[in-house]
Order: sequence, then structure tokens, then C-alpha cells
Amino acid sequence: MRRLFFIIQKEFIQIFRNKAILPMMTVLPIIQLIVLSYAANNEVRNVDIAIVDQDHSSYSRLIIGKIQASDRFTIVEAPLSAKRGDDLLQSGGADIILTVPPAFEKDFLREKTADLQMLVNAINGQQAIVGAAYLGQIIQSFNRELMADAAPRLAAIRTSPQPRIDITYSNWYNADLDYKTFMVPGILGELVTILIMVLSAMNVVREREVGTIEQINVTPIRRWQFILGKMLPFLFIGLTLLAVGLTAGKLIFDIPTEGSLWVVFAFCLLNLSVVLGMGLLISNLVDTQQQAMLIAFFFIIVFVLMSGLFTPIESMPEWAQYLAVPNPIAHFVSVMRQVLLKGSGFADVQYQFVVTGFMSLVFNALAVWSYRKRD
Amino acid sequence: MLWRIFSAFVKKEFYHILRDRRTLFILIGMPIVLVLLFGYVVTNEFKDASIAVLDNSRDDLSHELRQHLEASGHFHIVADLRSYGDLEGQFKTGKIKMAVVIPARFEDDFFDKKQTTVQLIADGTEPNYATTLVNYASQMILRFQQIKSGAAAAPYRVKVETRMVYNPQLRSAYNFVPGVIAMILMLISAMMTSLTIAREKETGTMDLLLVSPLPPLLIILGKVVPYTVLSFLNAVMILVMGFYVFHVPVLGSLPLLLGICLLYLAVALALGVLISTKSETQQAAMMSSLFALMLPTMLLSGFIFPIKSMPALLQHISSIIPATYFIDLLKSVMLKGNDLSFIWQPTLILTFMLVVLLGLALVSFKVRKE
Amino acid sequence: MSSTADHIIEADKLTKRFGDFTAVDAISFKVKKGEIFGFLGANGAGKTTAIRMLIGLSRPTEGEATVAGFDVYRQADKIKENIGYMSQKFSLYEDLTVRENIRFYGGIYGLSRKKIKEQTGRIIEEVGLENSAGNLVGSLPLGWKQRLAFAVSMVHSPSIVFLDEPTGGVDPAARRQFWEMIYQASAAGRTVFVTTHYMDEAEYCDRVSIMVSGKIEALGSPAKLKEDFSASSIDEVFVQLARGGAVISD
Repeated sequence: MRRLFFIIQKEFIQIFRNKAILPMMTVLPIIQLIVLSYAANNEVRNVDIAIVDQDHSSYSRLIIGKIQASDRFTIVEAPLSAKRGDDLLQSGGADIILTVPPAFEKDFLREKTADLQMLVNAINGQQAIVGAAYLGQIIQSFNRELMADAAPRLAAIRTSPQPRIDITYSNWYNADLDYKTFMVPGILGELVTILIMVLSAMNVVREREVGTIEQINVTPIRRWQFILGKMLPFLFIGLTLLAVGLTAGKLIFDIPTEGSLWVVFAFCLLNLSVVLGMGLLISNLVDTQQQAMLIAFFFIIVFVLMSGLFTPIESMPEWAQYLAVPNPIAHFVSVMRQVLLKGSGFADVQYQFVVTGFMSLVFNALAVWSYRKRD
Repeated sequence: MLWRIFSAFVKKEFYHILRDRRTLFILIGMPIVLVLLFGYVVTNEFKDASIAVLDNSRDDLSHELRQHLEASGHFHIVADLRSYGDLEGQFKTGKIKMAVVIPARFEDDFFDKKQTTVQLIADGTEPNYATTLVNYASQMILRFQQIKSGAAAAPYRVKVETRMVYNPQLRSAYNFVPGVIAMILMLISAMMTSLTIAREKETGTMDLLLVSPLPPLLIILGKVVPYTVLSFLNAVMILVMGFYVFHVPVLGSLPLLLGICLLYLAVALALGVLISTKSETQQAAMMSSLFALMLPTMLLSGFIFPIKSMPALLQHISSIIPATYFIDLLKSVMLKGNDLSFIWQPTLILTFMLVVLLGLALVSFKVRKE
Repeated sequence: MSSTADHIIEADKLTKRFGDFTAVDAISFKVKKGEIFGFLGANGAGKTTAIRMLIGLSRPTEGEATVAGFDVYRQADKIKENIGYMSQKFSLYEDLTVRENIRFYGGIYGLSRKKIKEQTGRIIEEVGLENSAGNLVGSLPLGWKQRLAFAVSMVHSPSIVFLDEPTGGVDPAARRQFWEMIYQASAAGRTVFVTTHYMDEAEYCDRVSIMVSGKIEALGSPAKLKEDFSASSIDEVFVQLARGGAVISD
């Protein structure tokens, strides 16, 4: 046990003396947390719209006024011709072109229906759907006003009321659907995982590149002592970063902490042991720090994209959902969200604990096994 | 003579790259994996969302409503709850994303009182997902109501004819293929270049090269050529994959498209050289590339998150990132089929960036030599 | 093979093959307790591979060997407690100070705190680093680094030290200082097993063996070897052996 202490002491001295790594552990994660939380926003706002009004009626002015009043849309131009509208879409000057055809008002009053035309730049399909839906909502409310206008005439047609189902809805845990509340806990989990993975992947290979590993190998130290001595400082750093990040999240973004922080930290500890095992495994298998970084980077990208952090796991195809099982970021993100936002307790997230515990055993066994003291 | 030395030098760089199989494997494999991941995995579309039903009525009509919801293929009812109190637990384990609460006397109220209320409760922790689920469910319930009441379409309707232009089938590949190209080119050209130059500095071989008869500019060029070739191949590979696997078209002129890729490549390489002149070790070069190039390219260029939704400060940052303009250009030429008359503005900005960066790189390289 | 009391290293037909390549070809030798044993050979002759088998970093393909009475196959951990090793690659942590390096290595050899303190004082004095004990090792001149690495490799008072090309890249004065430390260690009863390709250093050894292409071609005291080969220096002996080897391989 005393030998372990000396390894840990040495690792701490080296980490805190390294000018390249220290900022990477302290300032950068916090900056990233803030920037990412603001940037990773899939809300649809400030849609640029151009309205080709060919009717010039009171109705067309009414709908333009309604779009103007909405804070989701910015009217960039009211072009006179359809050709100009197409050009705007082509050059990227507008995201949506709404055309009010000639005789729109007349048709509505006479034929009781009228058409509007909407052209949407759909290169980003998701954004296009949401943007079109918002415009659809505005047009519906416009429609309701027109119907209220026409109510006396309508009453003459209607004989008896139709049965109807009203729908009420509520969003639990995040009533005003704040995107940052959703993203901050997940991003924090992701950052802690990435940092520890990179640090640990570069650690052993660095000693090999410099040559000090030989000296360690001729000492009677045991493999598990060496590996554990390398891991414990990183566990400590990871937990500290989590604590700092949670505090920053609370102060800056006012994220809720519904559940027990003990569960969060316990899971973080378990999860970091998996990540460390993976990092040390990479470190044992490569020859240079450059290779270690590239491989770690590769896995990080795959892990992040498949973690459910930015897009829901439920939307992935089935085979990809199975791949999420050995993905440490996926479990960390989901536990952070569930415990912090919904107040889930240990019993609610025991699946994640069991899976992660199992992975921890596997990867650390591999890490100890792959660290060979003799060839 | 100079040319012979130069080509020998470029050959040596190629050997370095080709000999390190692991690195080469990742440099080639990474774009493929990324394209496949974005194509098949990273999507917001939903099907088979897990929901729960709390049916307080249990009559024929409520039974039909449940069948109606499940028949769509959008929803999968995983829990049949007995009481309101069960909801909390279901949400907390993350088993369900939405619950549909059907009131008591559902059928009676619908036909006798002509009015009843269904309640939708969504897990709001994922805002977009919650909104989408509630919207879909509402539409389906309204359809159900129309079927059951047998009402004809109401008069005095404004109909909207919506056309999704440039991407009528709303394929997500249209959006990510340009983004992945921007990222990979930045990764290989800028990050790898800065790393290999920093490595020569670290091991001291740089001094050896600097006393060779080659002028320093050619040395840097020699280091850069292999990575240019490699990244250009990668860009073409992604375009081909996008075309054949995900049916992303190239509507505009292909030479123009490749020209734009070269312009961006040059910008990325200049950035890589600039970073390498500023960093003494591989670790330092790695850190600067990662945080100054990779993350902004991924997050602030409009590749994954819309620039328009960002706060003003981030929008300003995004406007000095080369990838922002490059992605814009790619989409414009590939998907809209635009020619130079539409895209001269971002092209000019990229060219300007290239000139500034090359100037900076040259200046800092000379300073080092003295 | 019998382990006699006065032989601390015994190797019998020790062999290491990497695929088709035989790096060390059935070498046999014995090293006496307290001796300075020189292990000579050109670069690539197999010296480092041989040393790595003896200190438990590399498993032999064939043959037997004991170090300090322990078997290299089964008792590698026991061997490690009884030997010190200094590799040709400089092996202290450059980003730790002199004092921190000594404390670290003392710690992982399991020395008590009191013992570590004692050894720190002794080593700093021995190497003459009183004024730079708090400096980073990376900032020391190479000659000092090497003497410090040697002293640190003996922090746990091992009965044998293995030195693999310890004086590479330093000037003659620094090499002489280093050899003085080797004599001190030997005078303290420690066995020193040293590889080198500087033939003049061979003259300082009690006995030397000369390796050519994985085989030991000559073994004996420097005086006896010079007599056998009727040469005026070990360097000449070596040149003769190397040429002979070349003739054989033709």
C-alpha cells in the first residue's frame, strides 16, 4: 500500500507541473461548458422569411402583421415578384418564402377556401419542419380570426355541434422547455468523460516514449499497484471537475438538482473507472502519444455522437441502440439528466449502475493484462 | 536540382504517413465512420416512441383510441397504468417519454356531452423531443375525433401548400455531408500538419532540415503536400459516399466544388502551419488544434447547431470561422446548384482569410529562423 | 547448474530468438560476487537483449540463468528486489526534482520514510548536488543526470547493479567521474555488471566478455585477453574478433 502512495504522489506532482495539461483540466472545461451550453441549441429562432404579397388585401396585410409580431420570424423583404422570391431562397437571403396569391381574400369569401404557398429551404430537414410548423401555427390562428369574422354566416350552415376531444398537455420536469436545462447536465458528463479519457490515454505511452517505464518495470512493483496508482489521481481530478462544473451550472444556468448528489457522484466514480480502463488500455497498446490521441479522439467522436447527448437514443436504429450499451458517455449523460432533472433515485438508475460496473471490471482487467512488464 | 531535393523530401513525408499504419487507418477510417454515423445514427426523427397509457375509462372508444395511436408506428405503448401515482416512477426510470391520460366516462362524454378532454404529459427534460411527441399525438387524436364524429371538412379554411425546396425528402444527409467534409479537412490538414511540424521540432530534426539547401518555404510546403493529397482524397471519398449511399446530389459544377474544397484546404493548412510555428511540443500543438480549430468547426460553424439560435457573441465568433463559409458554399453549390454569381461573397471572405493567415504564418516562421 | 556461493550471476546457454532472428545465441558465463564485469560488443551485438533477460524484462527462449540465486523464469520478482538497473535511455523523471525522484524510487522499492530520508541525504552528497537538490532533473547537465540515475538505481542497496551503456554521450572527464562511482560501489561489496562499446572502459573492469553477433567470443580479465590475442589493447582484441566474425559469416 505504501508503494501505491508514492506513485500517486508522483503523478500529482507531474500533472500539476505540466503547463500544457493544467489549463486543459481547469479553465477549458468550464469555458466549454458555457460555450457548448449556449451553442448546443436546437431551438428554431430568427427564421428569415420573405413574403410575396400578390393580393394586397386587408387579409394579406393581416397575415403579414401577425408574422411580424412573432418573435420567431424576421421579415427580410417583401419582394414584388415570385422570381425575386426564388432568388432570395437561392442565395440564402431567406429561409422561407410565403406567397399570398392574387385574389386570396376574394376566393376565401366566395369559395370559402383559399390557398397560401410556402417554400421552405429544407437542406436542414429538422429545422425546416419546425420552422414550417411555426408558420403553420400562425396561419391557423389567422384562420381562426377569419372564421370568427365569418361566424354569423357559419352559424347558418351548422346545425348541431360536433362531438369533440379537447387536448391539454403539460411538460413535466422542465415546464417551460428550456433547452439549456436539458443540455447542461449532459454536456458536463460528456466533458468529464472526454478529459479523463484523453489524459489517461496519453499517460502510460508518455512514460514509454520518454523511457522511464523501463525503470519502473525493473522494480518489484506489481502491475495492479502501478495501474491503480495511475488511476486514483485521475479519479480525483474527474470528481473535482464534476463538482466545479455542477457549481458553475447552478450559478450560471440555474440547473435544477432534484435528485441526490450522492448518486451522481457515485455514478461518476464508477463511470470514470471504466473510462480510465479504456484510456490506459489504449495507452498500453500504442507506441506514440500522437497515435494515442488519434485513437482516443476517434472513440470520443463515436461515443459522443451515439450517446444521446445531441439526438435521442430512441431515434437511432436498433443496432445502434445496442452499441449504446458499452458507451460510457451514454450512461453518464442519461444518469446526469435523470437524477438532476427528474430526481430519479438509485433504484431508478440501477440498470446503468449494473452495466457500468460490469464494464469497469472488463476494461480494468484488460488494462492490467495489457500492461506487460516483460516481453 | 531544387526540384529533385524537393520531390525526395515529399517522398520522405509520404513514407512517414504510409508506414504508420495505425494512424493511416484512422485517417481513412474516420471519415467513413463519421459519414455512416451521421447517416444512420444521428437523427431527430422518431418512431416507436415509448409511451404509457392511463386509461380511466376502459370502454370501447378508449380502446379504439389506443389502437389508433399504436397503429401509426410512431408510438409504442409499453405500460398500461392503473393510477396517476404510477406516472412518476415510469418517467424517473426513463422508460417512457410521454403518457396519455384518458378520462373516466370517455365514451359517454364524447357522444352525450359532445365534449371530453384527453391529457398528454411529456417528459420535458428533452424539449424538442417532447414538443414533437405532443404535436404528433395531438394530430392523431384530432384525426381520431374526425373519424368518430364523421364530420366533413369545415368551411372557411385557409389551406397551405408547403414545398420543401432543395431537399424534398428531408434527408438529413443533405445537411451533414458538407459538415463532415469541413470537419475532416480541418482535422487532417490543420491538426496533422501542426503535429508533424511540432514533432520535428521536438525531436530536433527540424534544425537538420533548416540547414539543408531547401528554402524554409519549400520545407513547409513539402510537409504540407502529403496531407493536402490525403485530405483531398478524403473529401472526394465523402462526396462519393454521400452520392451513392445517401443520394446527396451535386447540382452545381464539379470543378467549382473541388475548387472551393482546395481553397478551404489551403486555409486549413495555413492555420496548421501557423499553430505549429507557435507551439514547441506535440502536446501543445494538439491542444491548440483541438480547442482553437476542431471544436469551433464542429460546434459553431452551423454544422450541428443553427447559428441563428446562438447568442450574439457566439454568432460573431462563428463569423470568423472558415468552416462557416465553407459549409455555406458547399450547400450552395451541391444542393442549390448555384454558380459563382451567387457565391462570390463567401468565396471572397475565404480568400481574404487565406491571404491573412499565410502572411501571419510566413512572418512567424521567419522570426523563428533568426 | 549449481549455484555456488561466490557466483552471483550464472548463465548457461541463455538464448533469445525474435522469430527467425537469434539475438542472443546460447551464451554461458559466471559473474563473481563483488566483481566489475564488463559486457562488451558493438551496437546490435545483443548486449541489451542479454541484460533484459537477466533483469526479468524479457523471457528467455532457451537456456538457464540465475541472478542473486533466483531463477530468471520463475523468480523475476525476487530478482527485481535484489538488483538495480540503469538503462541507456535516461530514466529519471525530468519533470520531477532531484529530491522527488529519489523519494519516488525509494518509495516504490518499499523503503521506510526514515530510510528514504537517509538515502536522499547520502545520494545528494555523493553526486555533489547539494545546491540543486530542489531543481528539476531536466535542468541538470547530462553527466550529473547519469551519476544521479546510477545512485538512484542503488537506492534500495541491491547486491548487483546492471548498467546498460551508462556513459553514452558525455565527455571523457564525466566518464572518469562515473567510473569512480562504479569503483566505490564495487568497493562497498556490490557486483557491477556493465555493458559498453567504449573499449577503453573495458580496461577498468575486473573481467570482460566480448559479444559478437549474439555469441560470447572471448571472456577473461583484460590482461589475459590481451595476452591471448597478443594485442596491446582491448580495442585491438575486439577488432580481431569482429574481423574473424566477418570472415566466418562470409
